[in-house]
Amino acid sequence: MKPIDLRMEGTRQGAIETARNRIIVVMALFTLGFFSLVVKLISVGVFQANGTTYYQTASSSQSALMARADIVDRNGVILATNLKTPSLAISKVDMRASAEELAQEVSEVLPEMEYEDVLAIMNAKGNHRWIKRKLTPKQEYDIRKIGDPGLVTSDSEKRIYPHGRLAAHILGAVDIDNNPKLGVEAYFDEQLSDPAKSEEPLMLSIDIRLQHILNQELTSYMDKFLAKGAAGLVLDVRTGEVLALSSLPDFDPNDLNGPKNLSEMNKVLQGVYELGSGFKTFTIASGLENKVVDLSDGYDATKPVVVGGFTIRDDHPKERWLNIPEIFAYSSNIGTLKLAQDIGVERQKEFFDKLGLFGKSDIEVYEKSGPLLPRQWGPTELATTAYGHGIAVTPLHLATGIAAMVNGGRLIPATLLRKNVSEFTGVTRISSDDESSAHSQVISQETSGIMRNLLHLAVEVGTGKNAKVDGYLIGGKTGTAEKVIKGGGYSHKAVISSFISVFPINDPKYLVFAMLDEPQGIKETFNLRTAGMTAAPMVGDIIRRIGPLMGVSTTKKDEIEYEDLILVSGHER
Amino acid sequence: MGTFSRTDNSILSTWWWTVDRWLLMSIALLITIGIVLVFGASPAVAERIGLSSFHFVERQIVFLILSVGAMFAVSLMSPVMVRRFGVILFVVCLLLLGATLVAGAEAKGARRWIQIGSFTLQASEFLKPAFIIFTAWMFSESQRNPKFPGWKISFVTFGIVVALLISQPDLGQTILVAVVWGIQLFMAGLAWFWVGALIALAFFGLLVAYFTLPHVEKRVDNFFFPSPGGNYQVDLSLNAFKNGGILGQGPGEGVVKKYLPDAHSDYIFAVAGEEFGAVICLLIILIFAVIVIRGFVNLLKEQDMFTVLAVAGLLIQFGTQAFINLAVNLSILPSKGMTLPFISYGGSSMLSLAVGMGMILSLTRRYSHYQPGQTALTWGRG
Repeated sequence: MKPIDLRMEGTRQGAIETARNRIIVVMALFTLGFFSLVVKLISVGVFQANGTTYYQTASSSQSALMARADIVDRNGVILATNLKTPSLAISKVDMRASAEELAQEVSEVLPEMEYEDVLAIMNAKGNHRWIKRKLTPKQEYDIRKIGDPGLVTSDSEKRIYPHGRLAAHILGAVDIDNNPKLGVEAYFDEQLSDPAKSEEPLMLSIDIRLQHILNQELTSYMDKFLAKGAAGLVLDVRTGEVLALSSLPDFDPNDLNGPKNLSEMNKVLQGVYELGSGFKTFTIASGLENKVVDLSDGYDATKPVVVGGFTIRDDHPKERWLNIPEIFAYSSNIGTLKLAQDIGVERQKEFFDKLGLFGKSDIEVYEKSGPLLPRQWGPTELATTAYGHGIAVTPLHLATGIAAMVNGGRLIPATLLRKNVSEFTGVTRISSDDESSAHSQVISQETSGIMRNLLHLAVEVGTGKNAKVDGYLIGGKTGTAEKVIKGGGYSHKAVISSFISVFPINDPKYLVFAMLDEPQGIKETFNLRTAGMTAAPMVGDIIRRIGPLMGVSTTKKDEIEYEDLILVSGHER
Repeated sequence: MGTFSRTDNSILSTWWWTVDRWLLMSIALLITIGIVLVFGASPAVAERIGLSSFHFVERQIVFLILSVGAMFAVSLMSPVMVRRFGVILFVVCLLLLGATLVAGAEAKGARRWIQIGSFTLQASEFLKPAFIIFTAWMFSESQRNPKFPGWKISFVTFGIVVALLISQPDLGQTILVAVVWGIQLFMAGLAWFWVGALIALAFFGLLVAYFTLPHVEKRVDNFFFPSPGGNYQVDLSLNAFKNGGILGQGPGEGVVKKYLPDAHSDYIFAVAGEEFGAVICLLIILIFAVIVIRGFVNLLKEQDMFTVLAVAGLLIQFGTQAFINLAVNLSILPSKGMTLPFISYGGSSMLSLAVGMGMILSLTRRYSHYQPGQTALTWGRG
């Protein structure tokens, strides 16, 4: 027994020895294991610590965006920018839940999609399928919350126009793939979509504050006179910069469809109209410039004149001899056409051509129209174009021409880009030809001075009286033109009422044009729809608001030039 | 407790003067850190799945009270009682495990839980300490009595346990049980040849698991060949440590817990890393290392084979579980659901670990230095 017992004890002692030795092996393994944890913890938590960035996915995807450059107004206010809008796709390989389950959850998040539609996309062939593009942030959040790795969101961006409809016709729009459709978006696409220039905003000549005022007044007068449409333009006559341009009805560029029908076209650049009496400014300037008449000359406007079978009357007949200032102020058709007859077809055509009325303008959009010109220039055409009929141009053509009449005679092409941008660094500067020598002199300084005074006179004593604004010297000319009916002839009920004005007329800075498409006469205007009753007060209201904003100082009532030329009997409505 | 006198012979006083107080303190520290972290991490998870904010916190406190009670009760037992308790528990757990297969509640594609009231019981958790005790008993018995077929019994029971766990399926627990059993076998004096063969077999088993179980293949592939987005939890978890840096974002300031599905249990270490920083994480690793390594060092002086095998087995289970959890959080190992002992939220797991720790406390009480009722006149073995 004893030896066995001893042996047993011996084995036991040996076994416990072995166990203890082997514990050391296990201990070493654990020490190694815990040491590796410490090493990894320090390498991650201390040496790779970032402390600020939370997610790789959130930070790394930012640079991959293909940003389209912003568009800003002349003061740097953003008119078009980009918003990250993720698109949702299904990746079937990564899908955990069943297609039915996911389709149910996704259709709950996207109210515009039915369960069946989502399911159909998920069951379609191919691994990767788009479900919905341009999610809202809330939708993205809810989709992420579903938490299925098969629902893949990819960053893309949506063009956003924070001012909505306000400058729609200038900016244009882009489609769902950011391909531009209209406006400066289309015209400057190459530059805007250039990844190297994505940080440089495109600076327009537009002042969004003026744009807002113009839009508001146009809307309110359009409603007041139940007009079908309205359009307006504010132009800097010294530089040709378009400060505001509006056309109603307009469209929302954020809505990816763009303008829906012809009525939403840009009336200022695309619409061509027989703008009427505004053209008398050109005829009289041409007569003075060509020394056909001087201010004291005049024509007999006692009786209507028959030209080429048409009887031409005055809208405000004085039935007497009128001098040149009277012809302009009272907007006499008879007097103007008699002057045109003295000027002659060739000189008239040459003058219109110099004013750029025979071709498309240079303005930076693609959707613009050229004029509708008479097929041949006979005596009738000479007579009608003299007072703005038988020739249809865009409002911009008229505005550019009128600007040249008052700014010292230089024809400066209108532009949508800001000039003199030196104070804004990092802003694209495309054209810099603001030197006066680069522009063609269409009339002399002296004639331009006379034209200012004539325009002033038309507001003070003539048809533009309703455009008067206390404190500002305004020059302007009404234009009421009957619309051409399809198939020929003129409508007596459908008119285009427009008013073109310049202020301050003693030192012209801004040109304001506004027109109403088919205004209806109302009680307040004695059922009249003439420009003097509708468009002139509208322009007055616009000037009253933009003048102080643009820092135009008020002037005490100045001596009105040529008032002495107006016969006393002329002081009537 | 401080008023206990060494001559006081009450059970409590005896317990206090014989128990390993360093171990006790380490566990208390872990539990404290655990409460703070569950407080921080679990409201985000609870709110996300539509429970009241402090749902997990409240339950965790209930579990903690139960666990501490169980640990204390078990640590009061004598070594023989611990052995008996372990064996009985082992038999009960085997039966429950069988029952789970038949009548268990299914969650996330596995049958692991038995519903008892509002609590669910995971039998496999309690099986682990019980099986360790059983194995230690079998091996030590066959040392004491060579005719006793302890090794054979142990091999057979190991086969049964693995079969039951695999059929749940619960690969994580299977690996843990296999590792602990293998090391116990190793310490019991397995010939080196068989040690090598066993390691080879373990690798073969892992390869089989990789090629036959699709979710294992996916996780391992994701770990070795990370694809962007495919490794969601691991990416988040590593980012948490990066965000945290040395001192952390501050308590409650973490964001990863809002996205990690198991922020309150399996990934609580990442939450600690983000909110409290690398310093606290180092402290947590250190506490686990101290408990395990110090436990082993103490065993080097131990004479009783059963105690060596049982305590070593329990320490290995505890240490391996902690290591796997920490390693997964730090992306050293592929993602595998395993709780962090005493820190993670988790009912059965915590209770089971407490029972295991109670057994360690009981088995390491210094009876050799002090016998109840005996005036301590001599040092060492009287």
